[in-house]
Amino acid sequence: MAQFSLPENSKVSKGNHHAAPDTASRTKTFNIYRWSPDDDENPRIDSYEVDLDDCGPMVLDALIKIKNEVDSGLTFRRSCREGICGSCSMNVDGGNTLACLKAIDEVKGEVNIYPLPHMPVVKDLVPDLTHAYAQLTSVEPWLKTETPDPEGRERKQSPAERDELDGLWECVLCFSCTTSCPSYWWNGDRYLGPAVLLQAYRWIADSRDEFTGERLDALEDPFRLYRCHTIMNCAKTCPKGLNPGKAIGEIKKLMVQRQG
Amino acid sequence: MLKSNNMKTPLAQARGLGAAKSGLSHWWHQRLTAIAMVGLAAWMCALVVMLAGTDFDGAMALLSHPFNAAILILFVGIGFWHSALGLQVVLEDYVAHEGVRLTMIIAIRMALILLGAISVLSLLKIAL
Repeated sequence: MAQFSLPENSKVSKGNHHAAPDTASRTKTFNIYRWSPDDDENPRIDSYEVDLDDCGPMVLDALIKIKNEVDSGLTFRRSCREGICGSCSMNVDGGNTLACLKAIDEVKGEVNIYPLPHMPVVKDLVPDLTHAYAQLTSVEPWLKTETPDPEGRERKQSPAERDELDGLWECVLCFSCTTSCPSYWWNGDRYLGPAVLLQAYRWIADSRDEFTGERLDALEDPFRLYRCHTIMNCAKTCPKGLNPGKAIGEIKKLMVQRQG
Repeated sequence: MLKSNNMKTPLAQARGLGAAKSGLSHWWHQRLTAIAMVGLAAWMCALVVMLAGTDFDGAMALLSHPFNAAILILFVGIGFWHSALGLQVVLEDYVAHEGVRLTMIIAIRMALILLGAISVLSLLKIAL
């Protein structure tokens, strides 16, 4: 059956508290999930009081400040800190998002930070995305053609055809959507999930691609595609404002369309 | 999702047994039967209201009218069909064990076919 409760060794306990300096007048508490593979301890929630007058505006700024000044062991992924690389996806205040795009003052009260839900945890806020990346590779997210490249020129696309890719190309593969999807939680071993299906549709929708039929063939499966029940957590949580649910709907429409 | 304990590469695991090349007809029929049930259920409500004010003979006459009998049979048949499709989705979502899942899907289908057959025969008995 689907797992509805955490295994014994995943039950979360209360951890250490790190108070703000006495000089701080405007503080906010960050409750952060901590787990290390190096000991046999269960996960815990450490809380850190952060001086907001001495911190950048985003949740990622607070995490970096905590790591630099309070607890260098705190582990998370981050790179561009401006919503392009997709590294710092995590669960903030109950929703999956990019920590660099989430303003601290958007969160009322204390800020609860967990890793992306329902993925194996490597350490602290770092999830193991190996399977999700392999699923992405399985849909072959690159231009596939048989017609040789035009001599010395690019493959042409009309402005209208290019417009078809808007709302798709912007995806930064942070997997916030996939890990917010209950269908992916229960059947992620076979269901491709919203992020990968959006990527699959990005190449199906590309007028230059010559393997549309084969791409649809590879998706026609009760689990790979049809586990999507339009719950729409994906669109609600996407930090880039994209709608993977719509992309999945478009794939389903094409499946019907090619029947005749 | 749990980590697997085999030594397949991540890509081999993601590809699994490949696409089943089915799923569209199940999904499409579930939608079509749902749309059909909207109209059929509305008519059923109207029929129940009509039946409420009639005696036994009146009710039998109402149910044996060819149009009413046909709609009732469609309501029962499409209703059970839609149930079978929907319950299969629920089982596929929540029952991870393949053997248990398949057994339950087959058992539910058989039970619904039996219930459908009984219902249709009962309606025909009234109508004919």
